[in-house]
Amino acid sequence: MKNILEVKNLSTSFFTHAGEVKAVKDISFNVGIGEAIGIVGESGSGKSVTSLSIMNLLSFPGKVINGSVCFAGTELTNLKEKKMQLVRGNEIGMIFQDPMTSLNPVYTVGNQIMESLLRHQKLNRGEARKKAIEMLSLVGIPGPENRLNQYPHEFSGGMRQRVMIAMALCCKPKLLIADEPTTALDVTIQAQIIELLKDLKDKINTSIILITHDLGVVAELCSRVIVMYAGSVVEKGTTRDVFYNPRHPYTWGLLKSIPIVNADHKERLIPIDGQPPDLLNTPPGCPFCPRCDHAMQICAQTQPPLSQLGEQHLAACWLLHPGAPRVERGR
Amino acid sequence: MVTIWMVVTITFFLMHAIPGGPFTREKALPPAVMKNIEERYHLNDPLWKQYTDYIQNLVRGDLGPSFKYQGVTVNQIIAESFPISAQLGLASLFIMLFVGLPAGIISALRQTKWQDHLAMSLATVGVAVPNFVVATLLMYIVGVKLGWLPTARWLSWQSVIMPSIALAGYYTAYVARLTRSSVLEVLQQDYIRTARAKGLPERVVVYKHALKNALIPIVTYLGPILAGILTGSFVIEKIFAIPGLGEHFVASIWNRDYTVILGVTVFYATLLVIVNLIVDILYCFIDPRIRLGK
Amino acid sequence: MADIPVSGIHEISKDKFTPLPARKKDIADISRPSVTYWGDAWRRLRQNKMAMLGMYTIIFIILLAILGPILSPHSYSDQFLDKQGLGPNNEHWFGTDSLGRDLFVRVLYGARISLAVGLVASLLNLTVGVLYGGIAGLAGGRVDNVMMRIVDMFYSIPLVLYVILMMVVIGPGLKSIFMALGLVYWLEMARVVRAQILTLKEQEFVMAARALGASQARILFRHLIPNCMGPIIITVSMNIPLAIFTEAFLSFLGLGVAIPMASWGVLASDALPAIRSYPHMLFFPAMAISVTMLAFNFLGDGLRDALDPRLRK
Repeated sequence: MKNILEVKNLSTSFFTHAGEVKAVKDISFNVGIGEAIGIVGESGSGKSVTSLSIMNLLSFPGKVINGSVCFAGTELTNLKEKKMQLVRGNEIGMIFQDPMTSLNPVYTVGNQIMESLLRHQKLNRGEARKKAIEMLSLVGIPGPENRLNQYPHEFSGGMRQRVMIAMALCCKPKLLIADEPTTALDVTIQAQIIELLKDLKDKINTSIILITHDLGVVAELCSRVIVMYAGSVVEKGTTRDVFYNPRHPYTWGLLKSIPIVNADHKERLIPIDGQPPDLLNTPPGCPFCPRCDHAMQICAQTQPPLSQLGEQHLAACWLLHPGAPRVERGR
Repeated sequence: MVTIWMVVTITFFLMHAIPGGPFTREKALPPAVMKNIEERYHLNDPLWKQYTDYIQNLVRGDLGPSFKYQGVTVNQIIAESFPISAQLGLASLFIMLFVGLPAGIISALRQTKWQDHLAMSLATVGVAVPNFVVATLLMYIVGVKLGWLPTARWLSWQSVIMPSIALAGYYTAYVARLTRSSVLEVLQQDYIRTARAKGLPERVVVYKHALKNALIPIVTYLGPILAGILTGSFVIEKIFAIPGLGEHFVASIWNRDYTVILGVTVFYATLLVIVNLIVDILYCFIDPRIRLGK
Repeated sequence: MADIPVSGIHEISKDKFTPLPARKKDIADISRPSVTYWGDAWRRLRQNKMAMLGMYTIIFIILLAILGPILSPHSYSDQFLDKQGLGPNNEHWFGTDSLGRDLFVRVLYGARISLAVGLVASLLNLTVGVLYGGIAGLAGGRVDNVMMRIVDMFYSIPLVLYVILMMVVIGPGLKSIFMALGLVYWLEMARVVRAQILTLKEQEFVMAARALGASQARILFRHLIPNCMGPIIITVSMNIPLAIFTEAFLSFLGLGVAIPMASWGVLASDALPAIRSYPHMLFFPAMAISVTMLAFNFLGDGLRDALDPRLRK
């Protein structure tokens, strides 16, 4: 499978007054053409910063300090701003977490969709309008002709997210980055939006990076998963690998904290104790060590490397070292 | 309407609560003369009748005669002097918008660069130094020492320059600071990130997406700002000896010319109510979330 | 951390794989030490050089205003007709005015008046304004509606206009300035406090207090007002320079304190006719007002930055 996006050894830091905050540490992954991958992790694990780094949209004091982002053969990290603007919105579309605040309240929805079309495609206003109407009906908004002239506050949350999707996809981008597209929505609406993304992925043949903390959503849409913790990749592999054969204690914890409605016997939801570490002064060793049930001496001293577990399955944990005691995933 | 009525009522009764009338002199007038005068101005009518008479005249747009200047009505005084004050006010408004707004925007976009530091230092001084100090210093340096501009009165177009700068000074600085913080806050918003993610050039992001949102809080402050320019004119017109309405108002306080005080206060209140109405309408245009008639 | 297969790592001694002893799972260990709201605000205020400069300047002005006139050999009303309009010199640091009065002492007396006005304005803000806004916010419903309609109606007309009208009625003088300020200077605070209380009273801790049977007054004074302290302090710090300015403005128009008392506005106004011959008469009071206003503004800006929770890192 050819890759549309290859991220290698990407590191991003925020240089604040208090010191360097390492938000993303040396992560690598790739996305194949027409493929959907998921990036999961708690809030603050560096998922969103990864996506903003790809888009070159980090705001001061954030900065990509190392690594490369190669999109369709073009290196993005050192691309001139003018050239980058031609990539954004045109070749890479982006959807954000909160549709309530991600649309400009003082312009009509039509204006905001057409803006993108007018900038990237050689369309006149009439054509752009037609295309915008087409996009709105594609994302399932009834009465698109009238809706076009309405302002964002006249839409419900789910409808606004549909508008965001229409906006992100109107130029038929090769890659769509969806940053927690369902987090701010009601559960029933969430399912609709994921269904819509699944549908559109095939219709316009776009690749998707889905950023979320909801493993259920990932299982629905993605073929591969990357699990991030404190800015690092702790486990990655096919969705099947990560769901049925997880190897990192953090992934175990994540899976244990999903409710299973149809379980035969009643199970308790098990949260992961503690909070993610402070990225300002990270202690040496594995960042998950203080919260890990199986932590060993070495975990507090040295960061574990990523171990190859299968063709695509990798995890970073000392338990995978041949010298380590065998620990079974508890459930 | 309620506001205007309330102002009329409060002012009316305040004026009548003052011990000693407008005709109280150091040497008492002969009782006959006093009685004559009171007759003429209906001052010996019961208070409630004076009040209802005043309201009735007011509805017809008649603010009554001046007590101080024989044969001159309050309407005439306003008609004569208000255009001058209006010119001064509009000139100040112009300065405020065309200096304050751009200064604030530039400051926000060049945050922590020298343009920002320069503009914000000036704005901080501008907010702190009272308008009459600015006015007198301007008059002393530009008018007296350098002799570039006339120091007083209302003779030519040059006369408007110094007073309007002095009057606009505080509000220009205020608008610049407000614009800066507003633009900075808007630039943090999610929809700005969306606009950038669409690949729009920075120019469009700032001037289309950020600016219109940033103007919303500034429009809300327009009412108080205009009210401030109005009261500021009292002192500026006094310093530069401009025969505007503010100067007349202050003079009428000194002269205890109650009908003029009352009339001008009512006029100012009406003016401000109208201004606030215009601001509300403007607000609806700029922010689609607000609908008229709500 | 590259993709190195496990076998690629050199041998690691067995004992490294023994489990860690006593697990330190307590959250406090993982997260940062917590900083109280006021501690954090004070730390940030101290870091703000301009705000600290403003604060020290204000303290300096207060000391000077209290002690200066006592220590100076001159009085604010003594006239020396042989020393009219002297420039600054050794005996009269700021020179003398056109009646031969020592300008330094007069400016210091002006500082007393300005600071007194500022003090009165802030006391009014803290008592009338906070109470009015607090009661309106807590009562809600019709009471709130009526109370706020009154404030709104006052508010649509500039405060200075009311103050002027009050001065006309009561007559010029320091006492009337205080009364005039008292009638109108709490309006803004009332609005600020009410808006805060409206959002605060919906929160759980108020519900909890109510469930425990706390009286309305107790909820207001123990739970709501302490939680509005940030905005209250900001509003006070913004209103003090405004009150000082208003007094100077009125005195300048001749509606303020009566002669021979000297406030900065009066001094500046007195200097105006003599501006060609004695510019120093204007310069010093103008300086005094501007420096004081600047100091209060710096401190106010600093307080706002330090107390606004949205800016907390």
